Amino acid sequence: MPIDRADGTIPHGTPDPRWAFGTGFEDPLAGVDTSVPSDVDGDDLAIYCLMLGDDALVMSHRLQEWCTNAPEIEDELAIANIALDLLGQARLLLTRAGKADGSGRGEDHYAFFRDEHEFRNVRLAETGRGDFAHLIAQVLVFATWRLALLRRLETSRDPVLAAIAAKGVSEVTYHRDYAARWAVRLGDGTDLSHQRMQAGLDAVWPMIDELFAPDEVESRMAQAGVGVDPAALRGEFDEVLAQVLSSAALQRPDVSPLAGVSGRTGRHGLHTEAMGYLLAVLQSLRRAHPEGSW
Amino acid sequence: MTMLADAMAVAQGVSDPELPMLTLADLGVLRDVREEDGRVIVSITPTYTGCPAMDTMRDDLVHALRNAGHDDVEVRTVLAPPWSSDWITEDGKRKLAEAGIAPPGEARQRPPGPVPLTLALPVRPVRCPRCGSPDTGEVSRFSATACKALRRCRACREPFEHVKEI
Repeated sequence: MPIDRADGTIPHGTPDPRWAFGTGFEDPLAGVDTSVPSDVDGDDLAIYCLMLGDDALVMSHRLQEWCTNAPEIEDELAIANIALDLLGQARLLLTRAGKADGSGRGEDHYAFFRDEHEFRNVRLAETGRGDFAHLIAQVLVFATWRLALLRRLETSRDPVLAAIAAKGVSEVTYHRDYAARWAVRLGDGTDLSHQRMQAGLDAVWPMIDELFAPDEVESRMAQAGVGVDPAALRGEFDEVLAQVLSSAALQRPDVSPLAGVSGRTGRHGLHTEAMGYLLAVLQSLRRAHPEGSW
Repeated sequence: MTMLADAMAVAQGVSDPELPMLTLADLGVLRDVREEDGRVIVSITPTYTGCPAMDTMRDDLVHALRNAGHDDVEVRTVLAPPWSSDWITEDGKRKLAEAGIAPPGEARQRPPGPVPLTLALPVRPVRCPRCGSPDTGEVSRFSATACKALRRCRACREPFEHVKEI
């Protein structure tokens, strides 16, 4: 057991056996070359990383809320692991943001100390908790969209973003297959399971158009060969969803898209009521103990 | 023994925190050990993006190297290319099997273009590490760690873990 310094602090970077995972290793990109390609705008890249990182962080939080509430132990594990994958992606992306804009802010700053209007996630990710079928519909749409995006991002001109995407593709492939199998099982199951799966789809469907509407930063990043134009993902998305719906005997919902306010949506920091409650749970502990270490 | 050779031997001896019967080298997580201006630089790669054991691996490597007299140690994370279960060494696969964990088969290469949707549960011929029967089924896609699935042998009725192919 090392002897603590007289002021009670632990010397930075010194592994301490009292901590399960050690201290002093707060940077998930430790040792990765995070210089920004010379002709790429660092501020735009940072915002773009926040968008993709916030999508993952907020969706992960929604999935984490299911811990100890899943219908079966296998799904308990699956949902928790999907949440863990997305949290891992979020950590890398938020850390990348702090390196790209030169501010050096870490993942914790972005996750815990930004206010609602500073979060750039699509509103689908924050959609309030419904029943299990609602979660499956939400994950199906989210993962189908994100997989199409990450696959194209593998060739990003930002090597860090490309590496994060390449790692994420195999993970999100599983997320999509998991949700698709449940959608088929419920949709093609009993009258009640069919009805609830259809209701889940109906509830998330208004959030879909927003996924494919590029905001200015996304357009500029796509043009620079760093990001992906979300509009280009629609074809692949529609094709996969059509396959799932037909296997599941589900109807493509006929609902109006959720409107923005003066053209502003999640990507611009405009969120639904659910987001405030989500952030209160996510951030309150950290904000109550801003100097805390664990 | 040169400093680098010694550091390499020490780093290669560090075991994985979740699969202690394997070293990080057996698992293919240890990517590189080099020396720059008297500093030992070790590169590791995560199996899964959210792998919570990364910090422990870094800690363990730093501890082991410091205990062996290498005071100046830096552990770097490498993200590309992404880890594949194909990087587990033959020795590593044998150690897994001996510990009752079915080692991964060959990972499938992803064809270019959109990733195809798989609605049926993938059928993989995984042999029971206890009785050798090929008659096994997946119980849960995830087991104690994200990189393992839980399976059950229909012949000897025993549950066992399987390191998944990725």
